[in-house]
Amino acid sequence: MSKDQIILGIETSCDETAASIVRNGCEIVSNVVASQIESHKRFGGVVPEIASRHHVEQMTIVIEEAMKQANMQPSDLDAVAVTEGPGLVGALLIGINAAKAFAFANQLPLVGVHHIAGHIYANQLTEPMQFPLLALVVSGGHTEIVLMPDHGTFKLIGETRDDAAGEAYDKVARVLKLPYPGGPHIDRLAHEGVEPIAFPRIWLEEDSYDFSFSGLKSSVINYMHNAEQRGEEIKPQAVAAGFQASVVEVLTAKTLRAAKEYKVKQVIAAGGVSANKGLRKSLEDTFAKEGIPFNVPPLFLCTDNAAMIAAAGSVMFEKGIISSMSMNGKPGMTLFDWN
Amino acid sequence: MIWLGIDTSNVPLSIAVVKDNQLLVEWTSSIKVTHSVGAMPAVEEALKQANINPGEIDVIAVAEGPGSYTGVRIGVTIAKTLAWTLKIPLVGVSSLQTIAGNGLLFNGLICPIMDARRDNVFSAIYTNDLTADLPDGHYAIETILEKLALKQENVLFVGKDVSIHWQAIQRVLGDRAIRAPFYLDLPKASVVIEQAMKKPLPSIEETHHFVPEYKRITEAETNWLAEQQKVGESND
Ligand SMILES: [Zn+2]
Repeated sequence: MSKDQIILGIETSCDETAASIVRNGCEIVSNVVASQIESHKRFGGVVPEIASRHHVEQMTIVIEEAMKQANMQPSDLDAVAVTEGPGLVGALLIGINAAKAFAFANQLPLVGVHHIAGHIYANQLTEPMQFPLLALVVSGGHTEIVLMPDHGTFKLIGETRDDAAGEAYDKVARVLKLPYPGGPHIDRLAHEGVEPIAFPRIWLEEDSYDFSFSGLKSSVINYMHNAEQRGEEIKPQAVAAGFQASVVEVLTAKTLRAAKEYKVKQVIAAGGVSANKGLRKSLEDTFAKEGIPFNVPPLFLCTDNAAMIAAAGSVMFEKGIISSMSMNGKPGMTLFDWN
Repeated sequence: MIWLGIDTSNVPLSIAVVKDNQLLVEWTSSIKVTHSVGAMPAVEEALKQANINPGEIDVIAVAEGPGSYTGVRIGVTIAKTLAWTLKIPLVGVSSLQTIAGNGLLFNGLICPIMDARRDNVFSAIYTNDLTADLPDGHYAIETILEKLALKQENVLFVGKDVSIHWQAIQRVLGDRAIRAPFYLDLPKASVVIEQAMKKPLPSIEETHHFVPEYKRITEAETNWLAEQQKVGESND
């Protein structure tokens, strides 16, 4: 029997300082996340310089906690995987330089992981992936449909042409004067059973898998503005429900059409917005009806974490993809194949 | 006793290895390569040249700021992670004191300068035994020059950014201002180590709580505080 493969994952691409230990790419041994949400709340969004400062304060504490919870020593590890990009550059650099120093001191190989590949491989931690696979990646920075013919091959078949879905949620939340981060508040209001306002669905060209959310965001702002002018009462629940219905319908319909066209064996959702209850239910119901296996990881694996980076890093390491000590943070990194 | 020294506070990079009070290797450059790319390979190479394994290092000394926020953070992150995982003490040294240390034998005051834009500098005034006469901080260049104008001694200005403010310096201090030769402008990790040796060694438990000395709150916080004050005033 071959020895277990143990990977330490590190993630600092935005406002979570995270470290995790994953066994054989699929089993979480420990998973530690230090969130900074409270620090950024008063600014209404993530302040990059403050995020970087917190990462420096938390990084070694978080790695130590992950090692402690796993009851492991550096000598038990096979490699260190770290988010190389995309993300906030100053934030990425903390995780990367900590990973490099740790790998160097303990003579371990280093693996630079794409953040979105990490989100997709979060699914591997709950259920084996089946190929061809279709991933809907939705977060504050991303709205993408990715086709994977096999492990480590990524074909981007659709993406947002303007705002990411999570960004649209945050902007609409701000218009509704909801606290940061706005996504969960809109999700909650949308479920309060108030008749939704009818907002448009932006489909773009008939055969396109791309998305556009800035028009929808403008419709919401216009609606609020006109209602205010007319002195009408604005029901935030109705606005939230209408906005969410539009986002969810477009995301679900395009994912379903792509799943059918590419005859995939499994559909997965990934990224922070896949924690949204409305979206999860719509995708679950739709794919159940179509008889296409659908998986979305539990909430704690949808938001940023390091277990997903270790899971993706595990497969990359198996394929012999190793980074050097001169690895840099890549804020605009694109997905690449692991061949 | 084996020391590893690191300074990435501004554009220059300096790495040094000192063994039993002897400088074995020092690498100092001022090429515009991001420290994220250059620093760890330089640490690796310096130790390799010195024939020392990471596990043999006894203490790490790092320039803790002020300086470029990102630059300081890279050095501190590397130093913290190495010190924590190797279970050895980490000593921080002021990045300003480090360049002031280049003028150690000067007969007079030493003023290290790092430009901080809009006629501001990170600076301090050191006596020639490297005690701070004016503490490290973020100052208007005029404030520094006013303080120096009141002194009698000559002043040695050190640092790559002195040239940016040289006209203003000469206007206020005239012949009392001495410009350090260019080879004293770059921070040297050996000086970081030398200054660190004078400090008590912290316990290894303290490593987790080591933070850079930014000497300045973030712009977002400055704006937020100003807004709070406005709200406070309008409520009065
Ligand atoms: Zn993410």
